Amino acid sequence: MASVALRSVSKSFGHVPVINDVNLEIADGELVVFVGPSGCGKSTLLRLIAGLVPVGAGDVVIDGEVVTDIPASKRGIAFVFQSYALYPHMTIARNIGFALETLGLSRQEIDAKVAEVAVTLKIDHLLARRPRELSGGQRQRVAIGRALVRQPEVFLFDEPLSNLDSDLRMEMRMEIAKLHANLAATMIYVTHDQVEAMTLADRIVVLNKGCIEQIGTPQQLYHAPQNRFVAGFIGSPRMNFTAVSANVSGASCHLMGPGNLSLDVAITGPGVPAEIGVRPEALSIAAARQGKLTGTLERLEDLGHEHLAYVRIAPETAWSVRLPNSLARTALGTSIGLDWRFEDLFLFDKDGHRLDHSLSHERSAAANGALA
Amino acid sequence: MKTRLERREHRSGLLFVAPLIAVLILVAGWPLARTLYFSLTDAYLDDSANHVLVGFSNFVEVAGDPVWWRAVRNTLIFTTISVAIETVLGLAIALLVHQAIPGRGLVRAAILVPWAMPVVVSTKIWEWMLNDQFGVVNRAIVGLGFADHGVAWTANGSLLLGVVIFIDVWMTTPFMVLLILAGLQILPEEIFEAAEVDGIPWWKRLWSITLPLLAPTIGVAVLFRVLDALRMFDLAYVLAGANVNAMTMSIYARDRLINNQELGVGSAASTMVFLLIAFVAIFIVGALRLDRSGATER
Amino acid sequence: MSTRIKRRSGAYYRAMRRVRQIALGCVTALLLFYVLFPYYWAIVSSTKQGAQLYESVLLPALDFRHYKELFRDANFATSIFNSLCVAISTTALSLGLGTLAAYALGRLNFPERRSLLLTVLMISIFPQVVVLSGMFELIRWFGLYNRVWSLVFAYLIFTLPFTTWVLTSFIREFPRELEEAAIMDGCSHWRILTSILLPLMGPALVSTGLLAFILAWNEFLFALTFTLTEGSRTVPVAIGLLAGNSRYEYPFGPIMAASVTVTLPLIALVLFFQRKIVAGLTAGAVKG
Ligand SMILES: Nc1ncnc2c1ncn2[C@@H]1O[C@H](COP(=O)(O)OP(=O)(O)O)[C@@H](O)[C@H]1O
Ligand SMILES: [Mg+2]
Repeated sequence: MASVALRSVSKSFGHVPVINDVNLEIADGELVVFVGPSGCGKSTLLRLIAGLVPVGAGDVVIDGEVVTDIPASKRGIAFVFQSYALYPHMTIARNIGFALETLGLSRQEIDAKVAEVAVTLKIDHLLARRPRELSGGQRQRVAIGRALVRQPEVFLFDEPLSNLDSDLRMEMRMEIAKLHANLAATMIYVTHDQVEAMTLADRIVVLNKGCIEQIGTPQQLYHAPQNRFVAGFIGSPRMNFTAVSANVSGASCHLMGPGNLSLDVAITGPGVPAEIGVRPEALSIAAARQGKLTGTLERLEDLGHEHLAYVRIAPETAWSVRLPNSLARTALGTSIGLDWRFEDLFLFDKDGHRLDHSLSHERSAAANGALA
Repeated sequence: MKTRLERREHRSGLLFVAPLIAVLILVAGWPLARTLYFSLTDAYLDDSANHVLVGFSNFVEVAGDPVWWRAVRNTLIFTTISVAIETVLGLAIALLVHQAIPGRGLVRAAILVPWAMPVVVSTKIWEWMLNDQFGVVNRAIVGLGFADHGVAWTANGSLLLGVVIFIDVWMTTPFMVLLILAGLQILPEEIFEAAEVDGIPWWKRLWSITLPLLAPTIGVAVLFRVLDALRMFDLAYVLAGANVNAMTMSIYARDRLINNQELGVGSAASTMVFLLIAFVAIFIVGALRLDRSGATER
Repeated sequence: MSTRIKRRSGAYYRAMRRVRQIALGCVTALLLFYVLFPYYWAIVSSTKQGAQLYESVLLPALDFRHYKELFRDANFATSIFNSLCVAISTTALSLGLGTLAAYALGRLNFPERRSLLLTVLMISIFPQVVVLSGMFELIRWFGLYNRVWSLVFAYLIFTLPFTTWVLTSFIREFPRELEEAAIMDGCSHWRILTSILLPLMGPALVSTGLLAFILAWNEFLFALTFTLTEGSRTVPVAIGLLAGNSRYEYPFGPIMAASVTVTLPLIALVLFFQRKIVAGLTAGAVKG
C-alpha cells in the first residue's frame, strides 16, 4: 500500500498552462476524489500521477519515493479509463489476465487469479466473450477487474462511470465504495459528478483552471467552502448568489442588495463583503416583505420527492428554492419573501474569498426573542 | 412494393452512373473482350483483320515457352520479396513516424518524394547511382573499404532481379507507410496507455496489441501492393529492357505483342497474366475475409 | 500482498529516455538520407559536365549547361507539353465523370450499386497489359495511333475507377443532414449534387485530382506502346528512351537534368499538398 504526494507540480501543453503548482498529500488507503468543471485539468493531473504525461516541473511521490522519472509501467499503479480501453481483439479473460502474462506466472496461476477477480465483480460468466459483446456496465466491470488483478498500490479512476446510465452508475458507485472498504487501497478518483464525489470521497480536491481551490472532506466543502467557486460547485441545485453593497462601520456591516435586501452582519475577520450566497435548501418561503429578500415567484417544478421554486429577485438574478412540499396554491407572478437562518448565509469578498461572520447583535437578539 | 421515391432514386442512380459505365465498357470491357478473342486467333499486329480462329494453340505455345516461365518465376519472386520487405519496412517506418520524433512533419513530407517520382525517373537515377564504374554506390563501397572493386549491379544478370527489388522497395515503401500510418492513427490511444500502465513491455504491446489491431489495414495494403507488383512493367523494362533475368510477365506479353507483332500469342500471354492476377486476388481477398469473419465469431 | 515491481533509479530512466531520443534522431536522419539522397544526387549530377560526372564529388558543380541544352531541345519541350496536356485532360475528364458516378454510388440507393462498386475496384487493379491488344486495335480504329489523345483515352481505364472510388469514399463522409432538407423540398438529385455537395467537395476534388494527375503524368506502358515518334512522346517515355550511342557513353548528365526537371513540379505539388494527397490515398484504402 502506498501514499501519494504531489510537490509543486506544474504542466503546460505548448504554451498553455494546464496544471499550476499543485501540492497534495494523499494518505495510504485514502480515497480522494478530484472534481472540477470540464477542462480544468483533472485528467491531466491523474495522468501525471500515472506517468502517462511527463511532469513539467515538480515531483510526484509514491510511497515516499520520488517517481517523477520512473515510467508509467514501473509505478505500480492501475488506471481505469473513461472509455474502458479494453483490448477489442482479446477475450474478457485475456483482457483481465494480460498484465499478468509478463510477470512469469504459470497459465494456471493466471487463470486462477482471473477467475477470482471475475467472481468478485460478477463477470465470471462473460470470460469467453469479447468486449464488443458486452454492455457498458459489464465493460466497466472488466476494466476494474483488469486493475484489481494486478493488486496495485494505487488505483486511479478517470471518470469511470460517466458513460453509464444513472441506475448503473449508482450500482457501480456502491461497488467501488465496497472495493475500497475491502482492499483499503489508495484510490484517486476523477469525476465531474458531485454526487459521486460526495458519496465516495474521504477527501475531495476541487480543481479549477489547473489550481486546487480547496481540499477537504465532503462536509467541510459543503458547510465551509473557502471561496465562491467551491461554494457554487458543491451542491445541487447550486448555491444562489447576489451582489451586495456593504456599509462597514467597525466590526458591523450593513448589506444592501436587490430584492429589498437590507441586512446587518458582524464580520469577524478582514475583508469587505461583495456578494452573498445561500443554498436553495436553506431557503424558506415567507409572506411578501416578511423575509430577508423579496421577489416574484416565476416557476415551480414538482420532482415528486422535492419541489423547486424559482424566485426572481432582480432582472438578471433568479434564486432557486428547494422545498419539501408544494407551493401549488401560490400563483405564479405573486410577490413572496425568502428567509434563511443566519448561519446559512455565506459572504464573499470581491475576490471570491469567503468571509467569516457572526450574527449581528440586534437581529440575533430578536431571533432569540422570537424563539423564547 | 417499391415506392415512387425509390423508383425515382433508382432511375437517377442509373442516370448518374451511365457515363461511367459507358466509358468503362469502351476503355476496359471492349478491349478486354477483344484481347480474349485475339488470344484464340493467329492474328498479327500489322494486319489484325486478317486472321482465323486457332483454338487454344496460342496458350499451348506460351505454356511451352521457357522464357514465359522464367518471366512468371521472376514476377513471383519479385512480388513476394519486394512486398514482404515493403511491409516490414513500411511498418517500421510508420511506427517510427507515429512517435513524437523531431521534425515529424518534414519526415512525413520527405517520405512522399520517392512515391511521387515517375518510375522511369527513379529507375534512371538508381541506374546511375548503381553504375558499375562511376556510380556513387560503388564509389562508397570501395572508398569505405568494403570491397576492392565495385559490384556490377546492373550488368550482372544474377543481381538484376535483386536490383529491381531494391529500387521497387525504395519507390513503394512510402505507400505502405502512408496506409499503415493512417491505420495507426485511428487506433484508440487509451488502449496503448492502458497497456503501458499495466507494465506490458513494448515488444509485447507491439506483438499482442498493435499488430492484431492493424492487421486489417496491413491486409488491404498488402493486397494492393501484391496486385500492383504482379503487373509490374516500367521499372524492369527501363532498367533491363527484355533481359530475361528481370523480365516480368507484363514485359513478356508486351514483347510478344508489340516487338514480335504476334497479336494472337501476345493476347494469350496477356490473358494468362490476367487469370493469374485474378486468382491471386481472389485468394488474398478470401484470406482477408476469413480472417475478419473468424475474428468476429471467436 | 502486492507483487513488488523491479525498478531502477530515476536517473537510469532519465538516461534511457535520453538514449532513446538520440537513437530515434539517428534513425530519422538515416531515413531522411535514404529517402532524399537519390534525388539530391540527381541534382548534383545534372550540374556536372564530362569528367566531373565520374568523380563522385558530393557537392553540385553548378554548371547548368545540361539544362540549357534540354530546354533548347524542341523534342523535350514537346514531351513536357504532351505530358501536361494528357495529364490535365485525363484528370479533368475523370473528375467530371467520377463525381457524377460517386454521387450515385455514395448517396443513392439502387440495387446495382454494390456490384458496380466492385467492378470499379476490380478495373482499378487490372493489369494494363491485358487490354493492350484490344486497346491498340481500338486506337488504330479511331485513327489515334501515335497521337497524344490516344493516351487520354487509354488512361481513363485507371484514372476513372480510381477517382470514382476515392470520391465515393469522400462523399460518404459528408453528413447526410446536408441534403435532407433539399430532399424534403423536392430538389432533383442534379440540383443536390451541383448546388449542395459540389461546393463542399473542393478539398476532396483537389486530393483526388492531384493523385489522378500524378498517375497520368507517370504512366509508362501505354505511352510507350501507343506513340511512335519523338513529337508525340510523353516525358517518361522520352527519358526512358534517351540513350547514347553505346553503353559506355550513356548520357547520364542530360538524363539527370531531365529527371530533375520533370520531378520538380511533382515534388512541389506533393510538399505543398501533402495533407490532401495523404487524405486522398487513405480515403480509398483504409476506410473503403
Ligand atoms: N495532450 C494534450 N495536448 C494539448 N492540450 C491538452 C492535452 N491534454 C489535455 N489538454 C488540455 O488541457 C486542459 C485540461 O484537460 P483535461 O485534464 O483533460 O481536463 P478534464 O479532465 O478536467 O476535463 C484542456 O484545456 C485540454 O484541452
Ligand atoms: Mg477528463
